[in-house]
Amino acid sequence: MTCDDAAVLVHALADGELDASHAREVEAHAASCTACAAELAAAQDMKRALGASNLRFAAPASLRMRIEGAIPKPQPAANRRTLLKGFALGSAMSAIAASGIGFVVLREASDNRLMGDAISAHLRALQGEHLTDVLSTDQHTVKPWFNGKLDLAPPVPDLTAQGFTLIGGRLDFLDGKPVAALVYRRRAHVIDVFVGQELGSAPDAPDLSVMQGFNVLRWREGGLSVIAVSDLNRDELEDFAVKFRASERTAGTG
Amino acid sequence: MTAHLRMIVDNEKRPPQAAASAAVDSAEKAERFRALALPHLDDVYTLARYLLRNASDAEDAAQECYLRAFRHFDTFRGGPVKPWLLAILRNVCHAEFARRGKAEVLHADDTDTVENVSHTAWAEPDNAPESMSLARLDGETARKLIAGLPDAFRDVLVLREINDLSYRDIAEVTGAPIGTVMSRLARGRNLLRQAFLAEEKER
Repeated sequence: MTCDDAAVLVHALADGELDASHAREVEAHAASCTACAAELAAAQDMKRALGASNLRFAAPASLRMRIEGAIPKPQPAANRRTLLKGFALGSAMSAIAASGIGFVVLREASDNRLMGDAISAHLRALQGEHLTDVLSTDQHTVKPWFNGKLDLAPPVPDLTAQGFTLIGGRLDFLDGKPVAALVYRRRAHVIDVFVGQELGSAPDAPDLSVMQGFNVLRWREGGLSVIAVSDLNRDELEDFAVKFRASERTAGTG
Repeated sequence: MTAHLRMIVDNEKRPPQAAASAAVDSAEKAERFRALALPHLDDVYTLARYLLRNASDAEDAAQECYLRAFRHFDTFRGGPVKPWLLAILRNVCHAEFARRGKAEVLHADDTDTVENVSHTAWAEPDNAPESMSLARLDGETARKLIAGLPDAFRDVLVLREINDLSYRDIAEVTGAPIGTVMSRLARGRNLLRQAFLAEEKER
């Protein structure tokens, strides 16, 4: 492999776009060539730097409403106008809120009310700058932190390799019950996770609803009901749920 | 274009007695479009901001993109929606560039022209300190420097690092072969790095 080829291919390697045999070839070349090794390190450094900053722009609520208004509506959906207003709350935090995800465990009563509570808790956490009580990217720090604070051990999968970084956790309350809130991040997106016991009527497989402009995913996990609240697009949210669940199955309940 | 024309012809040929079921079809179509396309609005708006470098033009472009996408939704062949939307947005931005009449039209298929863009900020560094970290690159600076990249590198870089598209999807959106996507991305990252290091030096 020539250095000209390798200088380009190290970027594909850093992007995870090479198949196993090409990846090995490029790695082997970089191992024996300081210039290409430096190029690889620079590419990884750049990806890290860009991934750490929020480079996305949140579409203004007015734009979203204009577009929604231009598409014919078969039946009036939930009151999005109110939701969007709430969404625009706190302009400083709205960029972060616009990209947050929350996982919530609900109780029987009114699922809708509980989902609304969960979204509120998510927004409160983002706006009040009280996102985490325990700040750690290590699942083995976050999970034990809940010991003695809750009557359950929430699943805390490490999804870093899948593009979701654990930031930490906090205690929160839903429907008057203490729940675990786990916070993940997807690129610049803040992810908020709440986990509790016997709350709501979560289905076994992830079930999507849309509330207040957030996507809400609910399911049951190891005897716990789980609800994901997010304004992240549903594809990525569902992807997150799939990886969250897969990781739990691999790890068992521990 | 041919697909669009075919769609128009099909609509015109529709017999009048099918009008009722057409209304149901169109309600379903609107609902499906809403569910599939609207969640990607932030991605569409973000790319528009980087391509047009201006908030109000970006809003107009994003809106036009969704209107066009809805009109052409019948021709959507399935598969991921995001690249499809971003490709439409890119066409809208081209139209905007043409309207502006600026020289900054995207040279999507003309790598030579792009390679020859000369700008002092993008000059090759005499001695790049490879070990220097980008840890101090903050979001505001990154946005500014990305916005300043030459067009063909900027849109590939944004599609990858911010819209999170795969090489295959980027190739589809930009109409460039994957090899070209790869080399533009490599060059785009290097240009961005050099611009950042140059800015650091000035501080």
